[in-house]
Amino acid sequence: MTSADLSAIAPEILISLYAMAALLFGAYTGKDKTAPLLVWVTSGLMVLVGLWIGLSGEGTNTAFHGMFTDDAFSRFGKVTVLFSAAAVMVMSEGYMARRNLLRFEFPILIALATVGMMVMVSAGDLMTLYMGLELQSLALYVVAALRRDSAKSTEAGLKYFVLGALSSGLLLYGASLTYGYAGTTLFSGIVSVASEGDIPLGLLFGLVFMITGLAFKVSAVPFHMWTPDVYEGSPTPVTAFFATAPKVAAIGLFARVMHDAFGQVVPDWSQVIALLSVLSMFLGAIAAIGQRDIKRLMAYSSIAHMGYALMGLAAGTQFGVQAMLVYMAIYVTMNIGTFAFILSMERDGQQVTDIASLNLYSKKSPGRALAMLILLFSLAGVPPLVGFFGKFYVLKAAVEADLTWLAVAGVVASVIGAFYYIRIVYLMYFGEEREGLDAGGSPVLAGFLMASAAAMVLGVINLFGVEAMAAAAAATLVN
Amino acid sequence: MTAAAFAFYLFALCTLMGGLFTVVSRNPVHSVLWLILAFLSSAGLFVLLGAEFVAMLLIIVYVGAVAVLFLFVVMMLDVDFAELKAEMARYMPLALLIGVVLLMQLGIGIGAWHVSDEAESLRTAATPEGIHNTRALGLLIYDRYFLLFQLAGLILLVAMVGAIVLTLRHRTWIKRQDVLAQMYRDPAKAMELKDVKPGQGL
Repeated sequence: MTSADLSAIAPEILISLYAMAALLFGAYTGKDKTAPLLVWVTSGLMVLVGLWIGLSGEGTNTAFHGMFTDDAFSRFGKVTVLFSAAAVMVMSEGYMARRNLLRFEFPILIALATVGMMVMVSAGDLMTLYMGLELQSLALYVVAALRRDSAKSTEAGLKYFVLGALSSGLLLYGASLTYGYAGTTLFSGIVSVASEGDIPLGLLFGLVFMITGLAFKVSAVPFHMWTPDVYEGSPTPVTAFFATAPKVAAIGLFARVMHDAFGQVVPDWSQVIALLSVLSMFLGAIAAIGQRDIKRLMAYSSIAHMGYALMGLAAGTQFGVQAMLVYMAIYVTMNIGTFAFILSMERDGQQVTDIASLNLYSKKSPGRALAMLILLFSLAGVPPLVGFFGKFYVLKAAVEADLTWLAVAGVVASVIGAFYYIRIVYLMYFGEEREGLDAGGSPVLAGFLMASAAAMVLGVINLFGVEAMAAAAAATLVN
Repeated sequence: MTAAAFAFYLFALCTLMGGLFTVVSRNPVHSVLWLILAFLSSAGLFVLLGAEFVAMLLIIVYVGAVAVLFLFVVMMLDVDFAELKAEMARYMPLALLIGVVLLMQLGIGIGAWHVSDEAESLRTAATPEGIHNTRALGLLIYDRYFLLFQLAGLILLVAMVGAIVLTLRHRTWIKRQDVLAQMYRDPAKAMELKDVKPGQGL
């Protein structure tokens, strides 16, 4: 262990030390009274660390004998994770404080989960991968069950825990098979064993089991069963968190394992991921149609979006990874705005998640309804909004990699999926008169909603430069 | 027969016997004791392999903690083991069948074992020459795998925080002992002496 090793993981060390210090501070001073302060400080620290990683990091450094990689790809993932986690935490502060949910451990658990996600995207070894994944998952299981007196929240936490443990088991099984047949857990070693056309059968089994475990974490069909229940049962800010940062980290980890460890045998995993992708897109599009609860609807929406992101990965090319990263960045931005809206859905101070309550919302607050309209059209992929460009990139990547059938399936699924997004728009503008929502809402949430919607419109000019960053990130991963 | 070979057969036999009697013995407490024997003799096997650290771990963690925990559970909980055993006997043929199938699969699997050629050279955990097993493990865990060790620590921290978050309830309605308040109680304020005249009330 040298100072070069430590400087490569300095951001992770900083956030971990902060989390421990914050834990002591919270426990020995005002307990839950310090929670709002901790939320803001944690978010501020995450944004600062994100800026630090984004602006100062350069080149590719491996640390700890290759177990930890700090390259453009991991930096892209880390910056996205940190910014989205900070945004969701700021959004959740008011909501949780009003419902007596804001405990001082919440920002600390989110900070530790973020450390786990940062380790995930820079994993260079199967063991680092597992440690990062468990650190993230364990913190997420706890925050899912944060509302202890609600049966649904407890159920969500338990369900997530049991299925998460199952998926970790599958992943570990695959990892141990891979280790057994490759003789090493280092990605750089596995890639030299798994060469073109000559992959031992045991290694192939390991690969498939690892894909299964990772598909659980990104909630790709057929490993998506936990998603709707967990999204519905968890407190809404936690759902917003689930739908953003962990997805980026999981898909980043997915791409890293596939390209860093199995980059020489692309056809072997590309077909599996193409299947996961097409199933996710169709199930996400069709199953969401029957949903009446907006949180469940967003769960199916996230399943469908993961399908599109996996399409970029299934292409197995550098452009495919670039498209996937662009897609994830856009997806996170859209979801932050959408959840800012969902968090502000209230009637007489009580939270409402029923879609029918949105009837004629545009008459009550035209501004918010318009912002939500932009976001929903962007989620559906309607041109010329930014969401369309995300889909366009992954489709282009699929076509260029001779996966035209997958691209066609993606277009069909996106047309089906557009129905349920546009139905919400229909309800907001042309619905029938019913008991609606309160018009007011917190200015913080409104700010995030408006900023996200504005990004969907203004981003069409140059995608805020995300494209170039994603290209640089993809170039370091696939070479 | 050398001493090492004798010790191997002794420990191997004890392990097998321990495992067998764990399953078949009628008294659950005896089962746990047989399990402890199996643990102890497999620790002996590990010592013979030169893996003394794993052997000590097995004794301290499994015999010292896990098995004793089992013993407590068996003795404290009123589980009708005889009924469980009877049920087990009913499913014995099926279990045997599955066991045989698994054994055959293992045979096929080991027979067709094909490790890639580079595996031997890529191996990181080969036993180094000249240093004993515990030291070699220490070098791996605290030096090479330092990052993983620390991350495991963070995971345990999250588990601890999570357990407290999910279970600790601050009950405000119960009375707690306040030691300082008790010690600083002043007899002058705490009680009042009244001289009650005979035949009169207060």
